[in-house]
This record gives sequence, structure tokens and C-alpha cells, in this order.
Amino acid sequence: MVEYAKDRRYLPTHEWVKLEGEEAIAGISDYAQHELSDVVYVELPEVGETFAQNEVFATVESVKAASDVYMPMSGEILAINEDLEDSPQLVNEDPFGRGWFIRFRPSKPEEYDSLLDAEAYERHCREEAEKGG
Amino acid sequence: MREPLIYEISSPGRAGVNLPECDVPATPLPKEYLREDLPLPEVSEVDLVRHYVRLSQLNYAVDTGFYPLGSCTMKYNPKVNEEAAKLPGFVQTHPYQPPDTIQGNLFLMYQLQEFLKEISGFASVSLQPAAGAHGELAGVLMIRAYHESRGDHKRTRMLIPDSAHGTNPASTTMAGYETVKISSDARGNVDLEELRAHCDDTVAGLMLTNPNTLGLFDEHVQEIARLVHECGGLLYGDGANLNAIMGIVKPAALGFDVMHFNLHKTFSTPHGGGGPGAGPVGANEVLAPFLPGPIVVKERVEEEPASDEEWEEEEMYYYHWQMPPSSIGRLKAFYGNFAVCIKAYTYIRMLGAAGLREVSENAVLNANYLLSRLKGVYPLPYNRTCMHEFVLSGRLPDAPDVHTIDIAKRLMDFGFHPPTIYFPLIVPEALMIEPTETESKETLDAFADALIQIAQEAKTNPELLHSAPHLAPVARLDEVLAARQPVLQCLK
Repeated sequence: MVEYAKDRRYLPTHEWVKLEGEEAIAGISDYAQHELSDVVYVELPEVGETFAQNEVFATVESVKAASDVYMPMSGEILAINEDLEDSPQLVNEDPFGRGWFIRFRPSKPEEYDSLLDAEAYERHCREEAEKGG
Repeated sequence: MREPLIYEISSPGRAGVNLPECDVPATPLPKEYLREDLPLPEVSEVDLVRHYVRLSQLNYAVDTGFYPLGSCTMKYNPKVNEEAAKLPGFVQTHPYQPPDTIQGNLFLMYQLQEFLKEISGFASVSLQPAAGAHGELAGVLMIRAYHESRGDHKRTRMLIPDSAHGTNPASTTMAGYETVKISSDARGNVDLEELRAHCDDTVAGLMLTNPNTLGLFDEHVQEIARLVHECGGLLYGDGANLNAIMGIVKPAALGFDVMHFNLHKTFSTPHGGGGPGAGPVGANEVLAPFLPGPIVVKERVEEEPASDEEWEEEEMYYYHWQMPPSSIGRLKAFYGNFAVCIKAYTYIRMLGAAGLREVSENAVLNANYLLSRLKGVYPLPYNRTCMHEFVLSGRLPDAPDVHTIDIAKRLMDFGFHPPTIYFPLIVPEALMIEPTETESKETLDAFADALIQIAQEAKTNPELLHSAPHLAPVARLDEVLAARQPVLQCLK
């Protein structure tokens, strides 16, 4: 059963972002990890780097493919999930929790409002799955 | 039976050769160069030969079976190509020889350039690049050199459809451009609305594969060319799928400015382990001066040859190297993979113009035959007449637990190489099938029968698929563990 966590928002490209005060955490959705299958490697940015919304900030590799991961909101990287280096399977096991990618400081907090809520994102995923046959 | 590792058949003190008694004073190797952690296998000659011959027999190749690997054009490689490449006149030459002494080689390279020009419609061709993606890099560097030669430095973005080969964004990044992805529309063509929105004076060009990796001919290719050219960009052609259109349409006439050819796909030279590839690049008048070089040119020889009467009737030419005027330079030592060029030249000469057209017609016919047998059995997300290949989905409605990987592994039990899987990325659970023109109807039917039976098994006995392959030299490998914790040495 695919989960859609309600306490955060999503990009149509399957990244989630969760606000925590002035900071935010981001990762990829449960739907995304299902589609990727077993994640074998995650390439993360450096702390201190800044990215614009929709810019590629990470790459996630599964047995099937390597996929770009897009920044859900503009901001500066404050921390990366170093556990993913030795345990990339955390992305599969707990995509909304221990499989987080980055903690960052949003530079344009208003971008949050333009993102999909869990309901809209779930609809988007269903449509995408149907399109695929 | 599992073939043991060479270390497992090693026996201390056993040797493959008996060295004669040493006739000079023995000097031990300096201690610091001796490695005790390097346990070299000790085996006899016969055990060694048998081990490697047995391993070679486990190989799967175009010469042992059907190899429908999508976008790779795994056609049969005629043996006459190898004979030609082994001719002493070719084998015993060296790239440092003066041009006067290798006129035959230069003639062949010149002719191959001319053939590729004729097939593609381009003004000039360079044989330099050593592989397809190498050719792509050459093309993108040429596009960059062109813009820079005009003082146009604001073009930083290369547009790439989401149905492109993964090498396109890689080549673009290597050439220092930013990649911008353009979506496909519902028919599998480039989404023109999205393309229009991206066309501005920061666009260096667009890289188009036509037919694309869905095996579909983009119906708007001329409109795409117009949009890209109108904003000042150039159109790169990924020639990987040229096998679908030879002798039918010339890429230059479709609006492409530069394109690479994969001699190891379209022109029947071996892939990978059978020898290196070759990725010549063709360009129109605008980009020709930027081609990598040197390329071969010919000059009319004025003076009459000594006394041979037959020669008097023919025009005499002298072939030599020339660097295109604004060349991006050399991409490789010497002059490209010459032996591969001999094989491609032989292939083209054996078939002639009509034969090449027939190659493409049969490649498309074979793909459509297979497609028509399979499309009721497997989902076909883009339901159109295909070109030389097509993409099914392994997501079977009645077998939710079965994935494309299981179908591919099960195919090995039927003696077939699996198709390309999980690519292109725009089709979930993709199965990308390219039969090529060299297969008989019987082979195509046997392959279709196998896939149809597997779809049945997926419903009635999915476990059979999950645990496949059952008849391959090794059973299902743990690819996830291999990727997460690779062990790259067999030393203890």
C-alpha cells in the first residue's frame, strides 16, 4: 500500500518537503521509492550549497535507473542524511522518516503554497500510473 | 553445472610450464616487491585451457542466439567483414606511415565518408570518434564552437526530449551545457507546446533521436527543426536509430544540422567485446568546418602515370589528411577505429544502395510483426505503428506481483537474450524490443511464443518467474546486494 504523508507537500516529480520552523526537510515519496525499486546509492549535495526550486540537488540510483531529484523549494543546504551513504535502503524502508535526504533553509517560504498537498499528489500519482499502462 | 573459479582449481606447486634450468646466477627479487597477499592460481595448461573454453561456452552472443536488445541494433555481423579487415594490406599498415604508402587505406576511408554523406545527406563526415557517445560529444562541441565563433556566448542550454538516450544529457554535461528536459506528448512525439515555451536565445540546440527510443517516428520533426532554428539553436541528430530509415529519408533533409552514426549498430560491426565501436559524425555546410579531424580529402593528380595504358583513361587521385578549417580538433589518437571502418565499408559495399534500403524496410517489418503478435498480450502505452523497435510494459493487469525484471529473467530459460528493460524511463516497467532485419520469421515467432507463454505463467504460476532463470549457468543474482556492497576482487 502506497502512503501519502499528510503533514507535508510534494512536487509532481515526487519529492516531499516538510516545514519545521525556519527550516525544512526533504526527501522522495513512498510512491517514488516503489517505482524506483531497491535504492542502491544516493548522491547528496554539500552543506552550504544553494539551489533554486526545481533544480536538481541529488541523484538516486536503483538497480533499474539513476534519477535526478529536484529541490522542492529554493534554499541553502544545512545538513544531509549521512546514513544514506552506508544504508541507501532507508529510502525504501522509511521514505518519509529515516530516509530523508536534506535539511535546508528555505529562501522563498511562499513557494510552499505552490506545492501539491497529499490529496492532490495522490491524484497525480494515480494518473501517472494509469498513463503507464 | 557450476564452473569453479580459477582459484578453486588451483593446487599448490602445479604449473602450466616447465622452465628450462636457469643458465645465469639466480638473483632473488627484492623483498619489498614481493607480495604475500597475492595468491596467484597454480594450474596445469590443460586445466587452464578447459576452464576458459568452458567459460567462453557460457557466453551469449549474436552468433549463438536472438538478441533483441532495444536501441542496440544487435544484428548479425557478417563474417565477410572480418575477412576484409584481416587483409594483409590493411593489417600490416601503421598510422605513422606517410600517406603515399597507404593510399589504399585512405581511399577506403574517403569512400566510407562519401557513403555516409550519401546515406545521411550531410555535406561532410569525420570518422574520428570511437563510439556513439563520443560522436555525440563531438557534435555538441561543434555546436558550441559554432555559437562561440559568432560571438554568441549566452546560449547555455541544450534541450533534450525525455525519450532520448541517456547518453545525450551526459554528452551535453561533458560539453559544459545545462540540460533541459522536454516532455513527450500522448502520441510519443516531442511536446510542441513545451518546446515552444523553452525556445529562446539561451538555447544552444536540441538533441533529437528520430525514430525515438519508443521506436516512433516523430511526426513533427520538421516543425521541431523550424522552432529550434528560429530561436538560433541547432538540431543534433542521435543516429543510433538510423537502421530504421536508411535509403528512405535523409536526416539532413529532415532539418538536422549534425548527427553521429553508430557503425557498430547500423553497419554491422561488432559491439563491445567483439572490437571497439565507431561513431563518425556528419554535418551540413554550416557545421562542417567544425568537424573533428583530420578527415580524408582527395586531390586530382595532374601528371600522367608512367606507362600503364589502362590508367590513362581513369582520373588519378591522391588521398591525404586535412584538418577542417575551424575543427574542434582531434578526439582520438590517429584517425578513428580504422579496422571498424573497413567492416562498415564492406557491409555497405556488399549491400549497395538498394540493399541498405531493404535492411531498413525489413527491420521495420520485423518489429511490426513482433508488435502485432504481442500487443494484445502486453500493455502498449504508445499504440502506433512502430519503426525498428517498440516498447511494451511488463505491468500485466492480471499479475500485479510480476515485474519486468521477472519476465526478462524468465526469457533466458527459453534461450533468448532479454530485451532492454526499464528504458526508456517514460514507460513504467519498460520492455524495449528491437529484432533487427537479420532474423527469420521462425525466430520471431519462437520469441513471441515465449513471451506469450511467460504472460500466461505470470498469472498461473508467478513463482516460476520470480525465481527465474532456471536453466541459465547461474540462477537469479542478487543485483541489489551487488550494487550496494560490491566486492570487486576475488583475493582472500
